[in-house]
Amino acid sequence: MTDQAYNFAYLDEATKRMIRRALLKGIAVPGYQVPFASREMPMPYGWGTGGVQVTAACLTPEDTLKVIDQGADDTTNAVSIRKFFERTGGVKTTTHTAEASLIQTRHRIPEEPLRADQILVYQVPIPEPLRFLEPRESETRKMHSLEEYGLMHVKLYEDIARHGEISTAYAYPVKVEGRYVMDPSPIPKFDNPKLGGSPAIQLFGAGREQRIYALPPFTQVVSLDFEDHPFMASKADHDCDLCGCSTSYLDEVITDDRGGRMFVCSDTDFCEARRAQGHRGRLSPEEAV
Amino acid sequence: MKDLGNTALLQVAGLSKYYGTRIGCEAVSFDLWPGEVLGIVGESGSGKSTLLSCLAGHLTPDQGRVLYNGRDTVTMSEAERRVLGRTDWAFVHQNARDGLRMGVSAGGNVGERLMAVGARNYGAIRGSAIDWLGRVEIDADRIDDRPRQFSGGMQQRLQIARNLVTGPRLVFMDEPTGGLDVSVQARLLDLLRGLVRDMGLSVILVTHDLAVARLLADRLMVMQAGRVIEQGLTDQVLDDPQAPYTQLLVSSVLQV
Ligand SMILES: Nc1ncnc2c1ncn2[C@@H]1O[C@H](COP(=O)(O)OP(=O)(O)OP(=O)(O)O)[C@@H](O)[C@H]1O
Ligand SMILES: [Mg+2]
Ligand SMILES: [Zn+2]
Repeated sequence: MTDQAYNFAYLDEATKRMIRRALLKGIAVPGYQVPFASREMPMPYGWGTGGVQVTAACLTPEDTLKVIDQGADDTTNAVSIRKFFERTGGVKTTTHTAEASLIQTRHRIPEEPLRADQILVYQVPIPEPLRFLEPRESETRKMHSLEEYGLMHVKLYEDIARHGEISTAYAYPVKVEGRYVMDPSPIPKFDNPKLGGSPAIQLFGAGREQRIYALPPFTQVVSLDFEDHPFMASKADHDCDLCGCSTSYLDEVITDDRGGRMFVCSDTDFCEARRAQGHRGRLSPEEAV
Repeated sequence: MKDLGNTALLQVAGLSKYYGTRIGCEAVSFDLWPGEVLGIVGESGSGKSTLLSCLAGHLTPDQGRVLYNGRDTVTMSEAERRVLGRTDWAFVHQNARDGLRMGVSAGGNVGERLMAVGARNYGAIRGSAIDWLGRVEIDADRIDDRPRQFSGGMQQRLQIARNLVTGPRLVFMDEPTGGLDVSVQARLLDLLRGLVRDMGLSVILVTHDLAVARLLADRLMVMQAGRVIEQGLTDQVLDDPQAPYTQLLVSSVLQV
């Protein structure tokens, strides 16, 4: 049941219109950070209030919502956000990527390829990719407007100098349509190739920092690198121990206090679907015959 | 004798900058020739840094014109000016901390300008950084250290390497040896003199140390209360000062 004390999806219509204007601007200028007047949401910032506001502004009563937190649907964060929109919007929710029309995510892009009728909303903690080396906001804004991105490569240079390779594993910077350098939010760099050329609309919301940006469908997104240290979308060199998948992004899970561990798909919905189809991994339970 | 070419690299005419009603610098005009080192001397508050900042595009002058290679740097877009700032020009600050990224390794500091102009080969960038550290007498094995771990003199040499790596034509320096021990100063001055000569750099050097001016500058401008009161060849100005203020300045140095 919808809680009648709130407007549909919690935010009032004027606020949603303001957010939609920012979203449209973001889609018109892919990768550009659009300022918006972020609202207080009835949850802490760490829970992705930017993503929640973008979701609220995009949601319609016909939508089916999925919420991902580090690949899973069942963490406190994911469950709470799902419940929030069930209560304030009365929308259907799902854990299946294929059934969702709108997916809000933190830290992952689903393994299953997205479609043109889907929207992916990212929760973003720090939208400014240049922040690490240039703390002055006035200066980073100028650097974006003048396309002065040498500093991004200084960061990658430092990585290689210190670790022998580009060690940035999350929030790996990308260049969008040959113009804006963008922080893809803390997804693993394994997911970076899925940012580009996607049929789905991708929207990014940073609540505390009050920024929105976007990738329209089929946008060119290139991960920054050096000629002699090319970008690589790496993952743990294992198969999923539950479904046997050799191409999905894996989480390492400690199974006991004697050093036992296993590798499982970080995308739980993907892994479950494969197991339902009969795929098996190294540690799958024996079939009950 | 230097071949000074036949067109001025920098032409400055009627340059003024005011801070409210206070004069920063006023009605400054001069030409700088390719390969020439121009010293700007004068007491504290005489407008040296203000003038330098206007020339380098860090401050917008209220009046006057600055032509670099015939292009007006006051009216050009900020984007063009910033491109000049990381290609043709370099700026060496008195305080190395203002000119270095303290959180980035020595190699990253030197490589930044290369990357800013499009270098994308890590090995080549590192090679240039090692080469430049050598040219400013910093051991190659310090390449991954942060500037914090360097002495003041090393930091200043690192700042110079970081600025010169892209082969600029015009270098602005504001008291590059200020705040350093005398022996460290001497070594830095030798180094600067060598680099200026080898690279054929044009330099505008602000200093209130007349010994530094004598060692590096071909020509001197003396400033007082924002205005240029005397200019000429360095030896001429220092050995036979015309303006009473310059005479005072020179004699006060001799008394030290
Ligand atoms: N940001 C500012 N706001 C107001 N007045 C300023 C500012 N900067 C400089 N001034 C004034 O402008 C005049 C010239 O200052 P400037 O810093 O250019 O002198 P300087 O010759 O570089 O001195 P120093 O040798 O001490 O570095 C001084 O009267 C100074 O007080
Ligand atoms: Mg000064
Ligand atoms: Zn799996």
